[in-house]
Amino acid sequence: MREQISKFSQSPKAQAIFFAAYVIVTALGLYLMQTSVIAFLLLLFSILILYYLKLKTRTKWLIGLFIIAVVVPLVASQGPSFQSYMEVGTLVGIYAAMSLGLNVVVGFAGLLDLGFIAFFAVGAYTYAIFASTQASHFMPFGHYPLPGDTFWLFILIGAIIASIFGILLGIPVLRVRGDYLAIVTLGFGEIIRIVLNNMDHPINITNGALGISSITPPNFLGIPIGNSSQFYFIVLGIFLVVIYIVTRLEHSKLGRAWKAVRDNEIAAQASGIPLVKTKLAAFAIGASFSGMMGAVFAAKQMYVDATSFTYLESTMILVMVILGGMGSVPGVILGAAVVTILNTQVLTDLSNWLTQLSTNGVISIPDALSPAKMQRLIFGILLVVFALYRTQGLIPHKNRKINVEKLKKEASEAPGGALLSKERAETGGTD
Amino acid sequence: MSILEVKNLTKQFGGLTATSDISMGVEKNSITAVIGPNGAGKTTFFNMITAVYRPTSGDILLNGKSLVGLKPHQVSKFGITRTFQNIRLFNEQTVLDNVLVGMHQRLKGHWVGTLLHFPNVKREEENAKIEAYKILEYVGLEEYVNENAGNLAYGAQRRLEIARAIAAKPKVLLLDEPAAGMNPKETQKLTDLIHDMRTRLDVTIILIEHDMKLVMKISDFIYVLDHGELIASGVPEEIRNNKRVIEAYLGKGAVLNG
Ligand SMILES: Nc1ncnc2c1ncn2[C@@H]1O[C@H](COP(=O)(O)OP(=O)(O)OP(=O)(O)O)[C@@H](O)[C@H]1O
Ligand SMILES: [Mg+2]
Repeated sequence: MREQISKFSQSPKAQAIFFAAYVIVTALGLYLMQTSVIAFLLLLFSILILYYLKLKTRTKWLIGLFIIAVVVPLVASQGPSFQSYMEVGTLVGIYAAMSLGLNVVVGFAGLLDLGFIAFFAVGAYTYAIFASTQASHFMPFGHYPLPGDTFWLFILIGAIIASIFGILLGIPVLRVRGDYLAIVTLGFGEIIRIVLNNMDHPINITNGALGISSITPPNFLGIPIGNSSQFYFIVLGIFLVVIYIVTRLEHSKLGRAWKAVRDNEIAAQASGIPLVKTKLAAFAIGASFSGMMGAVFAAKQMYVDATSFTYLESTMILVMVILGGMGSVPGVILGAAVVTILNTQVLTDLSNWLTQLSTNGVISIPDALSPAKMQRLIFGILLVVFALYRTQGLIPHKNRKINVEKLKKEASEAPGGALLSKERAETGGTD
Repeated sequence: MSILEVKNLTKQFGGLTATSDISMGVEKNSITAVIGPNGAGKTTFFNMITAVYRPTSGDILLNGKSLVGLKPHQVSKFGITRTFQNIRLFNEQTVLDNVLVGMHQRLKGHWVGTLLHFPNVKREEENAKIEAYKILEYVGLEEYVNENAGNLAYGAQRRLEIARAIAAKPKVLLLDEPAAGMNPKETQKLTDLIHDMRTRLDVTIILIEHDMKLVMKISDFIYVLDHGELIASGVPEEIRNNKRVIEAYLGKGAVLNG
């Protein structure tokens, strides 16, 4: 038996066959039993299995994309639950992109930010104001709402405005560290929310507590985009861009600088890293992901108000990052998926089921323990368990390993075999 | 010719004067030692040169240009890098990445170029890795390329700090107690390394060290601090026989004569 397992873990072919079978079974399961949340979850679980398979990275990406972009929408599309599955998928994408943004700030650069949702709010309001009649209250020119095909531009604008806010937050915050930083960012998040909630006078910019409604839905080549199954693909697209940016930057000069600042500020500076620029870059880039998703969120809900951007949301994103594994890109994505699915599917379904049982008189639940209240409790217990037993997160961060043999060979072949040739004069070390 | 010159340098922490009115010059391409009993102000002196602290008064000149008021990363760009008495590595990063961080200032690649896959950025990264590997070979850490810096043994961590510091191609290298915690064999290897760096890397080395045997053997010139004041300076032979130095080290006299 053990021998077979080890054989299996060595053989890519066996794994591929097993994996294909798994996907087919779960996909068929979902296709035939539309209301089965379990089939849906098992199908999503295949992505995690894929992550651990012994295949080429590129192959994994292609298969993963195929499952997410083709298989899931296709097999989930047959029944009444279709939109709700797509809704969950969309939310996972939104939160995963935001978590990756927060991961740049907290995981890479080591700056604890408790007000991250503010950037999401900024992105959301940016689109909401201009894609509704709201902008005509204060804009001296132009016709509002702007048409739905400006949405695509607003994804970019949302990113830019959010990153400007990221820098605005960063500048005062750079003087403080650790716990103080956390408190200041928490305050910043609350300030943004309260300001958005009150900017209806003297000039009505955000429509205050009433929120902004009738936001124009996006428009793709003349087709209005209105339901979750369509937003699913927009979110997926942005999510992929975010993953690309994050993974490229992580192993670049900037990514190393972030981690150096996180590990030891004084040594980082002594090694030539400009502290201010490096931290601000983390804030700006992290915030921009949230800004993009904010614009999508506003377009999807067609309504925004400040209640969507509370402190609880900020902590939820932080929980996704920590639960998944700080600094670990796959971990953070998994963390976002787990928390979102728990919140929107599993815990809700569980409490619905319990409520049904108790109304049918099968079990009796005292009022104080009503299933709706239990949701938060169960979530809290799960967090505590993870904090105790899985401190590094679901998929802990691992440093990328370099192929030493290859490097050694290259080093011995490199011109100027002598170490650190004395080319200092040419490289201009004086300036 | 002095590459580094320090004029009337004073640092006060509240009422405590850590260094007081120190003036000295460091010859280009020399190995210069700064010694003195615990709390003499040696590390504070290094911290002022590298802009960790701003001097209360006085001036620091590198090739005649003042460094006072610069940010630490600018000092590094001007050509001064250092190691730390209480090792400061990037513990969660690999040994190779630690050295690559040391090259930060020299890598020109912009993050936009990274995102857009510019070939020059890619080539620069590849060359940087090769060079970092050579530096690790040079200090004898090539077998730990992929290890996390925090997992290295003490002596290896000290050498990695040196590797990171020389990766910036400095003109002046400051070593704060590089031999602390090393066994005699490691200390011997370190001595050879310091000697070799001076010629091969064409660098001026200033070191703080308590190991008198090492200091006497390696230094061209020695400055002695005590209670924040410069009490003596000279070649090793002069320092060995200096009365004020022996007084300052009273109780450590045996070490001095060793
Ligand atoms: N940041 C600081 N704040 C207050 N006092 C300080 C600070 N840094 C150093 N000092 C004080 O300045 C004096 C000189 O310290 P310094 O670290 O420079 O000594 P040192 O010569 O390096 O000693 P050692 O050989 O023990 O490393 C000491 O009295 C120390 O307590
Ligand atoms: Mg010291």
